[in-house]
This record gives sequence, structure tokens and C-alpha cells, in this order.
Amino acid sequence: MSLHSLTLHELRGKLKKREVSSGEATESVFRRISATEDKVHSYITLCHETAVAEAKQADQQLKKGGEFPPLLGIPIALKDIFLTRGVLTTCASKILGNFIPPYDSTTGRKLKEAGAVTVGKTNMDEFAMGSSTENSAYAITRNPWKLDRVPGGSSGGSAAAVTADQCIAALGTDTGGSIRQPAACCGIVGLKPTYGRVSRYGIIAFASSLDQVGPMTKDITDCALMLETIAGFDPSDSTSVNIPVPPYAAFLNSDVKGLRVGIPKEYFVPGMQPEVERAVKEGIRVLEKSGVRVEEISLPHTEYAVAVYYIIATAEASSNLARYDGMKYGYRASAGDLTETYMKSREEGFGPEVKRRIMLGTYVLSAGYYDAYYLKAQRVRTLIKKDFEEAFKKCDAIITPTAPTTAFRIGEKTQDPLQMYLSDILTISVNLAGLPGLSLPCGFDSEELPIGMQIIGKHFDEATILRIGFAYEQATEWHKRKPIL
Amino acid sequence: MKITRDEVRRVALLARLQLSQQEEEIFTGQLDEVLQYVEKLNQLDTANVEPLAHVVDIVNPWRADRVVNRPSPDAMLANAPARERDFLKVPKIIE
Repeated sequence: MSLHSLTLHELRGKLKKREVSSGEATESVFRRISATEDKVHSYITLCHETAVAEAKQADQQLKKGGEFPPLLGIPIALKDIFLTRGVLTTCASKILGNFIPPYDSTTGRKLKEAGAVTVGKTNMDEFAMGSSTENSAYAITRNPWKLDRVPGGSSGGSAAAVTADQCIAALGTDTGGSIRQPAACCGIVGLKPTYGRVSRYGIIAFASSLDQVGPMTKDITDCALMLETIAGFDPSDSTSVNIPVPPYAAFLNSDVKGLRVGIPKEYFVPGMQPEVERAVKEGIRVLEKSGVRVEEISLPHTEYAVAVYYIIATAEASSNLARYDGMKYGYRASAGDLTETYMKSREEGFGPEVKRRIMLGTYVLSAGYYDAYYLKAQRVRTLIKKDFEEAFKKCDAIITPTAPTTAFRIGEKTQDPLQMYLSDILTISVNLAGLPGLSLPCGFDSEELPIGMQIIGKHFDEATILRIGFAYEQATEWHKRKPIL
Repeated sequence: MKITRDEVRRVALLARLQLSQQEEEIFTGQLDEVLQYVEKLNQLDTANVEPLAHVVDIVNPWRADRVVNRPSPDAMLANAPARERDFLKVPKIIE
């Protein structure tokens, strides 16, 4: 087996036993990238030279023996929304086309401190706005399972890179499903942690009350290892929460007997691809055999989630993206006076979806409309959060499909923004309520495209959903399938 | 119609976005569609529901106000579109 196709924990074992070196693993990953990147286009920037140097350093430390940090020598990828000191960070936008950050994100720094080797920066929808990675100003990433399909989005580059073995593991961000939906489309594991579990410092802001950083990996054990590395309180992010980080990987076991899982009837809707429904229901039966108790629950305000999301997320985005004015950093158009410079820089720097959302967000926050849209949405958001609070009185976790369909065709939804927004219908509520959500592979459709199952947990109870995911993974083989490229 | 082309023009100015004729037209249609869609929130009576302020119960965190990084004008100005000495150079603000 080639080194690039190993999981994080497998490679870690081999590095520990000194069967292989980080230099060899890193070279294997870059050879894989050379062989497949023309087809997949996962990356915006590759860091070959620095990666080789980081791997060399890791190998020196490994040679010394003794205790070493958890990700020492492991090649990982970062979505191009993470600030990386000295390395181009574009957020897939022209407006940040030559932006070199002067500092690292907290999560990127934690991975470095844990010994990880940074392979590169992955493609995404511009400013994380999208569900297909087609909104990148640089490239269209293709689904490694079928090259005419999208990899999902917005963290589509990270999902494709993990799937195509162009890295061992990756980080993404999730505002309305941007980790879980591409994980489902590509057949990998993706986790959006509880809001506040992981620092957002040094992540380019989209919608600050919803954004969260999380791992995208080849299996559940890798996901737990990545999470325990990046989680925790950060004085630089006042929304990160100061509670202890459990050793998630050590907590993994397949004993799920007596755990109660709720199945919300509102998540199995007409219009859903029948194969998706079938695969997820079969997945639930597999867990029942492992001893999980299943009951139907109701989340009555589910149908309002997309409407609430597209008011709150765009309002916050229009405010966050006001900083791109062509003055302190980023693209500046040559124009006459100040206002004209602002307007032209933003016109030329932003792509159509970003403009559309800035327009919508500005509209709903503008004088006379604030109460009718933003305040109304925040009230309905309270109802959505209460739905989950009621449900969690009866169950320990909730299982749903991650997305209503498998990966759609490139170009299929680009002309119809509302249809594109509706592909996040099953993931958005989790962000609105600040809960942790995990997506893992649970089957394939008749076209050999992966299907994802979502497990939603209580606030700060990532351990339980990872345990359920682990039990499922132990009983199935889906996570071991790989696309032929 | 929830939104007119004139309103789209007004919002674009508020957002400091210059739009082409074509973009104005497309956005008017698309924003109208999305605004029609979010109308469904009015099916719900929320008179007695508090708007959500934060998803988890946290109190305002405090930290000491001290400099922890080493300010470097060169590092900070490296991304500036225009620079003069240690200043950002911007278009004239006052006529």
C-alpha cells in the first residue's frame, strides 16, 4: 500500500515504529498530487519546499525517539480560509489574490505545534459561500469519484484532497454545512464541532455566529485525533469556550448499547433521492444491531431553517466583508475619488455569489427592514434551537442524511441560487443551534457516488457522536472504498 | 415583487458595490426570488419569542489588555495596495 493512502493513525503507527519516514510520506503525497491534480484541482497553493523542510525536521525528532507530539510528520492540508504566515491565503477570491498573512490561525498553529507537515491550501467557494466549490475565482474542483460531479462545498478542495489521497487529513470550515456536505459528497468523514469548541482566530470570517473549524479525514479515529489537537479555549477568540478537551481518540469504542438515537421525521422529505433515504435507514438498522435504541422524534421548525440561515448568514457576511475596501490590504482598483475606489475595487474583486450575498445581507439590515428580516430570523432561530433542546430530552444523538442527494453535476445549479441553497437543507439547523454534527460514509448510489449519514450531538458532546460513528465504522466497510483515479 | 431595480441600486450603493446593468437586472430577479422564499417565516407567530443572542451560554470574557505580539510596520504594510514610508497611502478623503 502506498504511503499517501494511509490513514493518519496508520501513518502515525509506522512513523512511531520508524518503518517509514515523514520525508517518504510527504514525497509520496506530492507524487500523488502530481499524478492526480490535473484531474481533481484540489489545491490553490502547494507548499512543497516548506513541507519537505518540515518533514525533515519531524524525522530528526522521530530519530531521537521518546515522546513526540501527536501529528509529528503527518502531511495535512488547510482550506484556503486559514491564515498561514508567509503563505498566500486567497479565500478563493480575487480580492485577496496576493494576500500574504503576517500571522497563523490558532488552529493552523496548533497543528504545526503538534508536528504536522503543511502540504498546501485547498480550493473552496469564494469566502466559503457555496455548496459546490464552483464559486472559486481560481479553479473548479472535481469530485474524485466522478469527474463531472462537484465535490460539494464550500470545503470541496479539502474533501477532494482527502478522498484522492493528496493529503492524509485536512481542515475545513462549516457555516451551513461546508464540512459535512462535501464530506458526504466525497465519501469521507467530516465534523463540525460545537460552536465555541474550536478557535476561529485567524479564520477569514464569513458569518461569525455560525462559522466553525473542523476536521475532514479518512476515518473516525483520524477525526478524533485531529479534533483533540485543534479544540480548546483561545484567549484570542472570545467566543471559544473554556472547558476541558477530552481525549476523544482514547474515548472511542464500539460499545453503544443503550444509547438513544432520535430520527427526525422532518428530515426524510419528498424530493430526497430514494437511494439516500434507503442507505441512511439501513445505516440506522446497523446501529440498532449494535444495541442503539432508535425512536422517531420531531424537529417541527426544520422547514424554516434555510430561510433563517439566508437572512442571518448574509447579514453577518455583508458586515464582515465590509473590510475589503482596497485600503489596507487586498485588491485596489484604480479609480477617481474614494467612493469610486471602494465601489470599483469591490466590483472587480468579488465574484457573483459573494456580491449576491452582500446585496441580500445589506438589504435585510437596511433601515426599515431590520425588524422584518434579521430580528424575525433571530426569533425563529430561537425556536429551531428549542426544537433540539426538546429532542435531546429524549435522545443522546440524532441521525439524518447529510444531504438530500449525492454529488450533483458541475454547472447543474449555478444559474439557480435558491436551488443551490436548498442543498444545505439538512445541515443548516445544526449551525443555527450551535450543535456538533458529524458526516460519515454510509453507502453508494447506483452511479457509485458516496452517500453521507449525519450524526448530531448535544452541545460539547462530540465524544458521543464520534463513538456512534466509530461503532458504525467497525460494522461496515464503506470508509475503506477509494475512487480509481 | 419584493424588490425593485431602484432598490437594488440603492442597496448596491450602501454596500459600496458597483454593479453592471446586467448584474442589476439579474440580482433584482434573484434577490426577489430569495426574499419571496424567506416570506415563509411570517407563517410563524413569534411575538413572544426572544431573538437568539448566542447559541451557548457564555458570559463576557475578559483578558488583560497588554501587547503580546511585536508590531512590525513592515509586516503589516507588506499587503498594502499603496504605501508611503510607514503609512498606508489612500485616495484623497477631503476635498
